[in-house]
Amino acid sequence: MPSAMTLFDRVWADHVVVPESADTPAVLYIDLHLIHEVTTPQAFSVLRERGLSVRRPDLTLATMDHSTPTTPVSSFQDLDIVSESAANQIRQMEQNCREFGIDLLGFGSDERGIVHVIGPELGASQPGKTVVCGDSHTSTHGAFGALAFGIGTTEVGHVLATQCLLQRRPKTMAVTLDGAVPHGVAAKDIILAIIGQIGVDGGTGHVIEYRGDAVSGLDMEERMTICNMSIEAGARAGMIAPDDTTCEYLEGRPRSPQGAAWDESVLRWQGLRSDDDAEFDTAVTIDASSLQPMVTFGTNPGMVIGVNDPVPDGAGDASFQKALDYMKVVSGKPMSANPVDVVFVGSCTNGRLSDLRQAAEILDGRKVADGVRMLVVPGSQQIKQHAESLGLHQIFTAAGAEWRESGCSMCLGMNGDTVGNGQLSVSTSNRNFEGRQGIGARTVLASPATAAASAVLGHIADPRKLS
Amino acid sequence: MTSLKSCTVVLPTRDIDTDQIIPARFLTTTTREGLGDSLFHDLRFDADGRDIEDFPLNNKAAKGCQFLVAGNNFGCGSSREHAPWALLDYGFRAVISTQFADIFRNNSLKNRLLPIIVDVDTHTWLLSNPGVELCIDVERSTLSLPDGRAVEYPIDAFARYCLTQGIDQLGFLQQQTDAIAAFEEQRTWQP
Repeated sequence: MPSAMTLFDRVWADHVVVPESADTPAVLYIDLHLIHEVTTPQAFSVLRERGLSVRRPDLTLATMDHSTPTTPVSSFQDLDIVSESAANQIRQMEQNCREFGIDLLGFGSDERGIVHVIGPELGASQPGKTVVCGDSHTSTHGAFGALAFGIGTTEVGHVLATQCLLQRRPKTMAVTLDGAVPHGVAAKDIILAIIGQIGVDGGTGHVIEYRGDAVSGLDMEERMTICNMSIEAGARAGMIAPDDTTCEYLEGRPRSPQGAAWDESVLRWQGLRSDDDAEFDTAVTIDASSLQPMVTFGTNPGMVIGVNDPVPDGAGDASFQKALDYMKVVSGKPMSANPVDVVFVGSCTNGRLSDLRQAAEILDGRKVADGVRMLVVPGSQQIKQHAESLGLHQIFTAAGAEWRESGCSMCLGMNGDTVGNGQLSVSTSNRNFEGRQGIGARTVLASPATAAASAVLGHIADPRKLS
Repeated sequence: MTSLKSCTVVLPTRDIDTDQIIPARFLTTTTREGLGDSLFHDLRFDADGRDIEDFPLNNKAAKGCQFLVAGNNFGCGSSREHAPWALLDYGFRAVISTQFADIFRNNSLKNRLLPIIVDVDTHTWLLSNPGVELCIDVERSTLSLPDGRAVEYPIDAFARYCLTQGIDQLGFLQQQTDAIAAFEEQRTWQP
């Protein structure tokens, strides 16, 4: 262990049960295991086949979000589940949690929502914890100074049975954001710009720590948006050192430490930072003052430009041209030349209250353009209730948008909320892969403000023109 | 698992994500079996379910080939283990590229699908010579090319040990139960 430590080094060292050697990986202890219906059934089957129990159901938090309907219903019996196999998966999740003694925040729970939204919202995601989930966007929880990363279903089984994972120590990358973020530039724009700079494989094998004045100035929801998309740069995880902003967010939440335990935790969390002379394997610096609203133009999140910039030229690169052809966009023209069919505001990236507020500010007193379908899906049932108490749902519905129950929804389109073949979608989600939002769907990733402005104007638009 | 010999199918596109490998709508299954039919579904089949002719897997010469040569950064995106399950169920035993996304690589090794990383020159040659026969020596971590040259590929020592000895990683972790219990007992704070 070097004398100067990074934030990652500290969290890693605190969870090593058995150190790694040339022959074997480290045994790493997991403090919070988030589970959902899609990536767990086969893991529970392994436990059943081997007669194993869940070692720490108290450190396991379960919900249902991926294949769940978001259409409003009067009773949970009326749920319109997309297919019999999805309904079976949901029933199996309920049965698995019952059988293995895990609390499930399922239908009927006011605390249900997207797994990466409810962990922080309930105060379960805390500084210094190791957090895993069978979902790549687990990197979200790194916003709290946790080491949080996505795993496969086999590893879900390992954590259920042993509360541990076999892990090789990853490399570290510092992404430093200096300067002031200009007005009208959102956290989504920042992370899209970062991915554009380092590339969709630039972070492979690394845990990123986001640092610098521009990061310290972000609120927790903005930090979550940034850490969430670390995986889109290929990184294992993204982390931000905890500070007063982190503590203010967590204090008083149902699963946060209470009383004397709170004071002890805050003291411990204050030590969770990188030493000034800590060394990172890779370092990247970005001038935050030069950033602008960003939109993707291709079929991965690294194919991204300023909202008013022309689509670049692929210079004969076949994969690049294939992406442009799929998106039906033309080199040299700005993305504003493209009419919009669908706008989606939601997801674990941008489905939190501040995201809904930013979209509502643009939509207030305006209408969604003719021919544009807009879907607003809160990240959790709590966010839904909070937004409704502020009247945001009325702004959305008055503008002509649909207001839904919480869930992953159109981010990955496995619950029936999909974009039609060939349609152009401006989406606040995290992946613009071919067909991600539906067969033949053309996805443009953007911030909630850019998505809302695009809904109003009917083409991809700079939100600063409407704010 | 000691050595594998087969021909290659080439999918030259970069950054093939796991949504391409298996679209999300096929993830409502509760088993690992039968996903091969959905492998690369929307690249392989048109809206009416007919083969898309110029997709490499639909080439008659590709039938039965167990090695997939793919563009850089294969398997990026979603952590879905359904991606290696689908590749294996279809009949692939190894994927060869210049880089793999971390979670896909981990998931593959846990299912005995070999992610083989090669240098750019070897990769370029493989991309332009679809259908060649290759041999993978798992014990020695080498990929043998038709000209007889054997290229060493990087693999974690423990992953190789598990592959060659048939070690079950969950069983290995369960042997650490005493250390895990001691860790839980001795840590200075409780989650």
